[in-house]
Amino acid sequence: MAKVHVTTTINGEPMEFLCEPSDTMLDALRGPLALTGSKEGCASGDCGACSITVDDRLVCSCLMLAVESQDHEIRTIEGLANGEHLHPLQQKFLEMAALQCGICTSGMLVASDALLRKNPDPSEEEVRFWLAGNLCRCTGYDKIVRAVMETAAEMRAQ
Amino acid sequence: MNLVTNNKWIGQRTIRPDGMDKVTGRAQFAADTTMPGQIWGKVLRSPHPHARIRGIDTSKAEKLPGVKAVVTSKDIVDFPIEKGAVMLGIQDMRWMCRNVMARDKALFPGHPVAAVAATTEAIAAEACKLIEVDYEVLPWSIEIDDAIKPDAPILHEFNKFDGKPSNIAGRLEHKKGDIAEGFKKADIVIERTFTTRPVHQGYIEPHACLISVAPDGKTTIWSSSQGQFMVRAMTAYLTGIPQSDIRAIPAEIGGGFGGKTIVYLEPLATLLAKKSGRPVKMVMTREEVMRATGPTSGSKSTVKIGATKDGKIVAAHGTFYLQAGAFPGSPIRGAAGCSFTPYDIPNLLSEGFDVCSNRSKVAAYRAPGAPIGAYAVECVMDEVAERLKMDPLDFRLKNAAKEGTKAAHGPVFPRIGYIETVEAAKNSPHYAAPLGDGHGRPRGRGVASGFWFNAGGESSAQVNITEDGNVVVTTGHPDIGGSRAGIANICAELLGIDYRRVSVIIGDTQTVGFSNLTGGSRVLFASSMVVTQSTEKIIQTLRERAAKIWEIDPEAVKWENGAAHPVSPNAGQFEPLTLQELAEKAPAMGGPIGAGVQLNTQGADGGFGTHVCDVEVDVDLGIARVIRYTAVQDVGRAIHPGYVEGQLQGGVAQGIGWALNEEYIYTREGKVDNPGFLDYRMPVCSDLPMIDCIMVEIPNPKHPQGVKGVGEVPLVPVMAAVANAIYNALGKRFYALPMSPPKVLEVLEAPTREAAE
Ligand code: FES
Ligand code: FES
Repeated sequence: MAKVHVTTTINGEPMEFLCEPSDTMLDALRGPLALTGSKEGCASGDCGACSITVDDRLVCSCLMLAVESQDHEIRTIEGLANGEHLHPLQQKFLEMAALQCGICTSGMLVASDALLRKNPDPSEEEVRFWLAGNLCRCTGYDKIVRAVMETAAEMRAQ
Repeated sequence: MNLVTNNKWIGQRTIRPDGMDKVTGRAQFAADTTMPGQIWGKVLRSPHPHARIRGIDTSKAEKLPGVKAVVTSKDIVDFPIEKGAVMLGIQDMRWMCRNVMARDKALFPGHPVAAVAATTEAIAAEACKLIEVDYEVLPWSIEIDDAIKPDAPILHEFNKFDGKPSNIAGRLEHKKGDIAEGFKKADIVIERTFTTRPVHQGYIEPHACLISVAPDGKTTIWSSSQGQFMVRAMTAYLTGIPQSDIRAIPAEIGGGFGGKTIVYLEPLATLLAKKSGRPVKMVMTREEVMRATGPTSGSKSTVKIGATKDGKIVAAHGTFYLQAGAFPGSPIRGAAGCSFTPYDIPNLLSEGFDVCSNRSKVAAYRAPGAPIGAYAVECVMDEVAERLKMDPLDFRLKNAAKEGTKAAHGPVFPRIGYIETVEAAKNSPHYAAPLGDGHGRPRGRGVASGFWFNAGGESSAQVNITEDGNVVVTTGHPDIGGSRAGIANICAELLGIDYRRVSVIIGDTQTVGFSNLTGGSRVLFASSMVVTQSTEKIIQTLRERAAKIWEIDPEAVKWENGAAHPVSPNAGQFEPLTLQELAEKAPAMGGPIGAGVQLNTQGADGGFGTHVCDVEVDVDLGIARVIRYTAVQDVGRAIHPGYVEGQLQGGVAQGIGWALNEEYIYTREGKVDNPGFLDYRMPVCSDLPMIDCIMVEIPNPKHPQGVKGVGEVPLVPVMAAVANAIYNALGKRFYALPMSPPKVLEVLEAPTREAAE
């Protein structure tokens, strides 16, 4: 079983890793790359807990092969904060209690960030449809939607 | 958000102590850790719903390169049926040892029959395929009606009901007055039968653990559960390792809702680690979670309510059959004990039947049993109110339980807040608002109430002052939904310091006293009691230290705003001594400052809620959508309102899923046909509206901060509220859950109401 060598960029840093040809990107992140912020809830693209962006496109990392990351720009939850400075979404999630157990939180934040990059002024309906791929069993989504809307409003005001 | 400007924390929306870890991806859940030398465990599961296991040959698997250990039921401690129950909390080890690994019979598809540890997950999975199991396939039954037929295949021959082998494993009743006499006084009587399907707790984090066992038996378990002490005890029972040799470390838990109150993987991984001498990691797939853990019961209930013309309920009778799955233990107590409890009913009989059938053993799910019972009772309540031409909330008010009412399950109520929840629902902006125009789609509004017992029980805490004058609180309950935030608020409030100076840690089994599960809506109730008493002891120490420095009587020192002060100028003129100053002086003034308390906490008051739900129905597609929802609950005292609301909103979302879409679907071969999130359809963000919360606060007099449990009540009334709203919209009533699009269409197309039944 020869492993494949992959060169990619993760959260702005050049990275190399070895993987099986059949490994998913989520396997690579959580295994050789030791980035365990992306979670596995289903491994079938239905829960969004493993959300990352690939060249700014929101992707379920469990549905992508690790070898497909060759020469692409990957962003994970670990790249959302800038050093000590939280992303406004992270700050707002904390202030507005938009997490309970926290297992969906990484994926929710990555997906919300991808939304606000595309659309800085989403309606409630747009937020709800955008996040429809991210399951949360704890919060009933109310506080998550509010946190995303409020972050968007604050970011627009700046 | 409320800006926190003063130094009072109880009731404030503070930032939770573990929040930063969770928004940055740093938090360590059970599957996130590895150990040097770690190998992987995998489970071989039965493909049959019911089969005798005549033999297992593991020799081929053992020879596969990379395989390090194989275990079967022979390796697990047996608790023979004949020797009687061996209880651990509410779990009987006789069932638990057979649930973690089938012994003589496999009782559901997905039942573990062997486990393998190998150097990679792929090799372990390959090895599972090489294990040869000699099955004698037996007839089986899944549904209640099939399992209670006289000629049904019997799961457990030892179990007798009415003197004959039976799948009915138990019956429970609550009784008050005389129902026959009561129904004679009724002007109207309505009796209906309802069914519900099994639904899964649906936590997003699958079960996972990582375990190492040293050659001398010293064992470290890192796992996701609702109780590290439960994990330690059950693993000890099932592996024979003494509890003192097992250190169970609670990883962060990614949801549980009752489904993580028993073990599945830990005993297997422990035995694999022991045999192989290597740390073993096991993580379930989503499919394994759906096939072999949880869910809660499917049910069949009959409810009969009799009332007089003026709206008084005079008698009620409920019969609740709940699926237990492969082993006895369905939550009949919640169904029979909670569903009539909001009402003062003079003549009542409430019966529960525990029915075994060939599906995975049910696990607790948020107010276990209560939502099933409430669905039936609250739908009949709605029909009775309609027949009486009464507003459904007025009908509830007229029959409401209050202080002094004797509940059928035993207690005479102290001051409770049920009436306040109904009144708040009635006065809510939601209930006053018109339904609005659905543009051709019928709209309707429904209400329902619910009750859950709540619980106290064992809890331990340790509070230590650090050398730099900050605070570390250690408790023994996994934080599943933000309980650390509530504890930080309370401790900071008592000490009069900023909540950011309090760090809250969940201790492992070897570092903090015994603490029972996170479940039953008990954690903040119980842990805040032990944290309060520990903090009070610390404050006493701090006053004594200041008194010693000032050379005055400790009684002449008071603790205020984070510092010791003389009680009055008469006691002497001294500058206040802050927590920091006293902490710095600690080595010279008597040593480290800390206190621990262990209690079996008592005085948890039951919780009540009343919900209002609006739906809109697309009659062409059969899709019912909830368009507005208000949950009212007596929460005792909201220590952290953000997380209390979160409990209400999350419970409501789960209930909407249960009402409209979620169900286990079985194939003709008796297997779960929808074991993934695509086909087992939990509500997603775009399925739901915002969920409004009204927190009524009637403080619990037996708790230092007035806390009542809040986590479970929010799921209890939801299915009935949705069903009543759909009735209001369509004029047709549903007697079966879920009210999914094909079923809605079926009822809409049925010519008469009877057809819908
Ligand atoms: S784990 Fe990738 S979507 Fe669920
Ligand atoms: S916070 Fe638990 S799943 Fe979202």
